[in-house]
Amino acid sequence: MIRARITVTLKNGVLDPQGKAIEGGLSALGFSGVHSVRQGKVFDVELDGVDRSAAESDLKAMCEKLLANLVIENYSVDLL
Amino acid sequence: MKSAVVLLPGLNRDRDMIAALTKIAGTPPATVWQTDTSIPAVDLIVIPGGFSYGDYLRCGAIAARMPVMRAVAEAAHRGVRVLGVCNGFQILLEAGLLPGALMRNASLKFVCKEVMLEVVNADTVFTRGYAAGQAIRCPVAHHDGNYFADAQTLARLKGENRIAFRYAGGSNPNGSIEDIAAIVSEKGNVMGMMPHPENLIEAAHGGSDGRALFEGALDMVA
Repeated sequence: MIRARITVTLKNGVLDPQGKAIEGGLSALGFSGVHSVRQGKVFDVELDGVDRSAAESDLKAMCEKLLANLVIENYSVDLL
Repeated sequence: MKSAVVLLPGLNRDRDMIAALTKIAGTPPATVWQTDTSIPAVDLIVIPGGFSYGDYLRCGAIAARMPVMRAVAEAAHRGVRVLGVCNGFQILLEAGLLPGALMRNASLKFVCKEVMLEVVNADTVFTRGYAAGQAIRCPVAHHDGNYFADAQTLARLKGENRIAFRYAGGSNPNGSIEDIAAIVSEKGNVMGMMPHPENLIEAAHGGSDGRALFEGALDMVA
């Protein structure tokens, strides 16, 4: 079994109104000095098999075909 | 002209769309289910609004990968007219049939109200029933209608006159870049829009500003 964590984040320059709202929430809680918050997504994926390089290329294909929208998002794949 | 409406779990504007097409064309559209791998021979395919797959992952993301969308893409490449409204627009973007993305409204609020639209390009099959520069009323109802495209894509959309409608008179309800409400494909046969023209087609709706869009798409205008 291969375990991986995929992280999807908004590209620089793409407005993140949810991140802005979270910034407001943190500041309301009294956390000062929060310069910015960007909200993203995390996917924990378990794959059958032991071939880590095949898994990595499959995971990248999954990101490009579904998990990330490359118009607005970047992704990274970490095998655990 | 024959039409078909694509059905997916979680859509909820399909009945409104079927009613509008039936009233305007005089005959009901065919319906196509998400697992269908072919679409009957029609001139217009419509993907209605709603919340396909509960908006999981991203609005329209799962729907865009269903088998029926491969058939929609093939039809679009053959030149069949395709109209995506609201969730339908999100699905067309996720399927790569139109460029850009629709993000959470800048206000973070669901908006359900009437806006004004300016007809930017009246030379598409969908907008030829209007005059360029004309302002029309149209309802909107969405949470993720904030259109985004990178600078290169935007320049291309403008250069190729592919912005069909803009929100007019300061009525942009969602923060869309350049007030974009609807865009068309390179060949002009695919249009995606956030507003709901199917909900303003007869007196009972309080107006019929949306009717000409369907008349154009169904070849019912001179």
